[in-house]
Amino acid sequence: MSESTTEQVLRVDAYPTHEVGGYRVRAGKPFPFGANVVPGGVSFSVFSDQATSMTLVIYKRGEAEPMAELEFPEEFRTGSVFAMTVFGLDHENIEYGYRADGPYDPVTGHRFDARQVLSDPYARLISGRDVWGVEPDRSRGYQYRSRVCLQDFDWGDDTPLRIPAEDLVVYETHVRGFTRHPSSGVTAPGTFAGLREKIPYLKELGINCIELLPVFEFDESDNPRSNPETGEKLYDYWGYNTVAFFAPKAGYAATGRYGMQGDEFRTLIKDLHAAGIEVILDVVFNHTAEGNEQGPTISFKGLDNATYYMLTPEGYYFNFSGTGNTVNCNHPVVRNFVLDCLRHWVADYHIDGFRFDLAAILGRSADGTPLPNPPLLESLAFDPVLRHTKLIAEAWDAGGLYEVGNFPAYGRWAEWNGKYRDTVRSFLKGDPGVTGELATRVAGSPDLYSSRGTSASVNFLTAHDGFSLADLVSYNDKHNEANGEGNNDGGNDNASWNCGAEGPTDDPEINALRLRQMKNALAILFTSQGIPMLLSGDEVARTQQGNNNTYCQDNELSWFDWDQVDQNSELLRFTREMIAFRKHHRELRSTSHPTGQMRDSLGLPDISWHGERAWQPDWSQESRLLAVARCGTGDDDVVYVAMNAHWESHDLELPALPGGRTWHLFADTSAEAPYDIRTPGAEQELDNAGKYLIGPRSVVILVGRTNEPGTTGTF
Amino acid sequence: MTLHVKERRNKGGTVLVATGEINSETSGQLLQALLPLVREGRSLRIDLTAVTYVSSAGLRTLLVVYREAQHAGVAVTLYGVSEEVRFVMSATGFLDFFAAGEAEAANAKARAAR
Repeated sequence: MSESTTEQVLRVDAYPTHEVGGYRVRAGKPFPFGANVVPGGVSFSVFSDQATSMTLVIYKRGEAEPMAELEFPEEFRTGSVFAMTVFGLDHENIEYGYRADGPYDPVTGHRFDARQVLSDPYARLISGRDVWGVEPDRSRGYQYRSRVCLQDFDWGDDTPLRIPAEDLVVYETHVRGFTRHPSSGVTAPGTFAGLREKIPYLKELGINCIELLPVFEFDESDNPRSNPETGEKLYDYWGYNTVAFFAPKAGYAATGRYGMQGDEFRTLIKDLHAAGIEVILDVVFNHTAEGNEQGPTISFKGLDNATYYMLTPEGYYFNFSGTGNTVNCNHPVVRNFVLDCLRHWVADYHIDGFRFDLAAILGRSADGTPLPNPPLLESLAFDPVLRHTKLIAEAWDAGGLYEVGNFPAYGRWAEWNGKYRDTVRSFLKGDPGVTGELATRVAGSPDLYSSRGTSASVNFLTAHDGFSLADLVSYNDKHNEANGEGNNDGGNDNASWNCGAEGPTDDPEINALRLRQMKNALAILFTSQGIPMLLSGDEVARTQQGNNNTYCQDNELSWFDWDQVDQNSELLRFTREMIAFRKHHRELRSTSHPTGQMRDSLGLPDISWHGERAWQPDWSQESRLLAVARCGTGDDDVVYVAMNAHWESHDLELPALPGGRTWHLFADTSAEAPYDIRTPGAEQELDNAGKYLIGPRSVVILVGRTNEPGTTGTF
Repeated sequence: MTLHVKERRNKGGTVLVATGEINSETSGQLLQALLPLVREGRSLRIDLTAVTYVSSAGLRTLLVVYREAQHAGVAVTLYGVSEEVRFVMSATGFLDFFAAGEAEAANAKARAAR
C-alpha cells in the first residue's frame, strides 16, 4: 500500500505514438464513448456507422474559431468507432466537437455535412447556454459545445435510497420554477442550489420522492414565439427538447457559468437523499431538439441520422412524438445509448428512478410498428445497474398508441395512470355513471395491473401538462392565449369544473366550494392504492390562470409563489396531514390489490364498499356517493373513506366495527378549518357511533380503532 | 492566470498563502506545495484571501488535500475565502467538508477576541 493516495499510476499507454495537426496523440480506447481524462491527456471516442472520416475539433473555451482540427487517422478506427487520445490538453479550458464526413443523401437517410461541428452525444458537460435566458449569439458556428467533465465526486456514504415503490409519495416539480419566484427567498433563485435550500419545506410536507421535469441540457431560447398580448419572449420552459442526454442543464445551476453544474446537481441529490427524499428524472428519449428536415443539425443528425431516427421509406422523419422527429429507440446502437445514459445518471448522479416521456414510442420498431416484446424496454427492466431503479412510463404517445394497463412491463415498469386522473376528475365534477370505475381506480386499478400489483399505478390528478389543481376547480375551459397559438394548443378534454364562475371571483360560496373540491381531490388521491403523485404547488393552490400548457411560460404563470405558503396555509396543512395519514396506514399502501377476502383477525374484508347504507354501495347511473373501508394489512385500524360528489348531503350508516373499535373522525372536507382534518392518531371519536352526515361535495375519512394509543403503523 | 504560493511557519502551524486562480493549470502546483506540508504533520491553514477563482479541478484539489490531511491526522482549514468562491463552494457541496474546520477556527478567533 502506498502512503499517499494521490500518486500517479504509471501506464505504458500514457505516451503519444503519432502527431496530428501539431498535437501528440495515440489511438484511444473505443470504450467508454465520450471524452475521458486519461494519464497525460484526454481520450475521445465517437461512433458513426457511415462516416467516411471524422475530425476532432477543439476550441479554447469560449472562442469563436477552433484552435485545432485533428482528423482521426484511419488506424484509430475500431469497427465504426473513432477513438483518439490527445496529449497535453488543458481539459478544463477546452470545448470540443466533431466534423463527420460522409454521404448526403436524405432518401437513404444520410445527412452528413462536414461543414457542421457536432456535439458529442456522450458529452457530460455542455457550454453555450450557461446562464438561463441569456440571448445566445446565434452567428457562432457551434452552439452547444461539448466539454470534458471531471466525474469524481465525494458522495460519502450516499446511495440511491430504494424506498419501496408502494411507500412513495411523489412530488412533480420544475427545477427553475420551484424557486425562481422572488418570494422564494433563496440565495440563488431558480437553480439546483435554490432547490436545495427548500429541502426543509419538502420534508415538512412529507413527500419522499421528487420528480424533476427534464434536467438534461436543452435550449430554453429555441422557442421563436412571443406572447401576443405583451410581446414578451416565450421560452422552451419545460425543457422536453433535449440537446445533450448526459449533461445536466447549465442554466439550472448557479455555478453553470463556471461549468460546475454537475457538482451542484450532485450536491442537491446528496442532500435530498439525506432528507429521505428520492430523485426521479423525467427523461425524454422519444425525440430530440433536432426536429425534422427543417430543424437544426446538432449531433445525431450529422453523426448518423439513419441510425438514430425513425425514417420513412422516402427519408423523412416519422413524427410519433408530435415534435418533428422520433428517436429510433429499438435500434441496437440507440438501445445501448439509452442504457449507457441511464446507467450514467444512476452511477454518477445517484438517481433513484426515471419517468419516461411518451414511453409508448420506446416500444416501437424502426418503422413505427409497436413491438410485442420491445428489446429496449426489456433491457432497461433487467439491466444490472438499473435493477432497483424506479421505471415509470408515460404509456402513450402522440402517434395514437395508448398502452395504459398493457405497457410491456417485465414486472418492473410502473405507469402514469391516465385513467385514474380521468375517472377521479370526472367523479369530482359530479358526472353521472362514474361510481363503479371510481371504485376500481381507488383500489389501485386491478383491471389494469392485476399481475403487477398496486405500485404499477402512479395515481395523479394533475401534472405539469394540464391544469393545476386550483385551475381544475376554477376553469371550465383552457385559456392559453399567452402561448401565442390562438388558444389552439393544449388539451381540450380537461374534465374540469369552475364551480360557478370562470376564473377568479369574489363570490365567497364559490371560493369555499373550490377549496373544498381541492381538499376532496387530495383526500381521494392520498387514500387511493397505488403511488400518489402531487403536482408542485397544488398544496398551496398554485394557479396558471387557466393556462393548461405552460411549456413556454417562464414567469409567474409557472413559478411556485412562496407567498401562497402563508396565504393558503389551510390547504397546505390539509395536504400535509393527508400525506401523514397515508404514512400511518399501511392498508392504503398494500403491494397487492385488495380482494374483498375476509381478514380472520378482524372479521372484516380487506376492502368493502358502502353507500348511504352500510354494505350497500349504489352503483347506479345517478349515484355520486361511494364509501370504501379498508383494513388488515399489518395494521389493526379500519380506514373508511366516503366520497360524495353529489350536490346534496347524505346520511351515512357506518359499518359496525369488531373488537371494541369505534369510529373516529380524521377528516371532513365540509367542516371549517381547523376541524377539516386532524393529526393522524389524534382523531376525534364520533358521538353517534353508527351514523355520519356527509355534506354536499365532500369527503369524510374515519378511522375505526380502539382508544388505546400506539396501534397505528408507520413507514 | 497563474498561481503564487508562499508558506509561512508559525508557532501553531503552517500557513500557505495562495495568490491567483486555482484551476486545472495551477492545481498541480498547489498540490505539490501542499502535500509535503501535510506530511510534516503540523496543522495547516490555507489562506485564500488573494484567490479570485477556484475551478472544478481546483475544488477537487483542495478536497484531495483535505482527505490526505484527514488520513494523516492533520487539521486543515481554509481562510479568507471570498464571497464568490464561498458561494461556489457552498453550491457544489465542497464547503461542507471544510465547514467543521472553519467553525473551529471561528470559535478560536472568538475566544481570542474575548
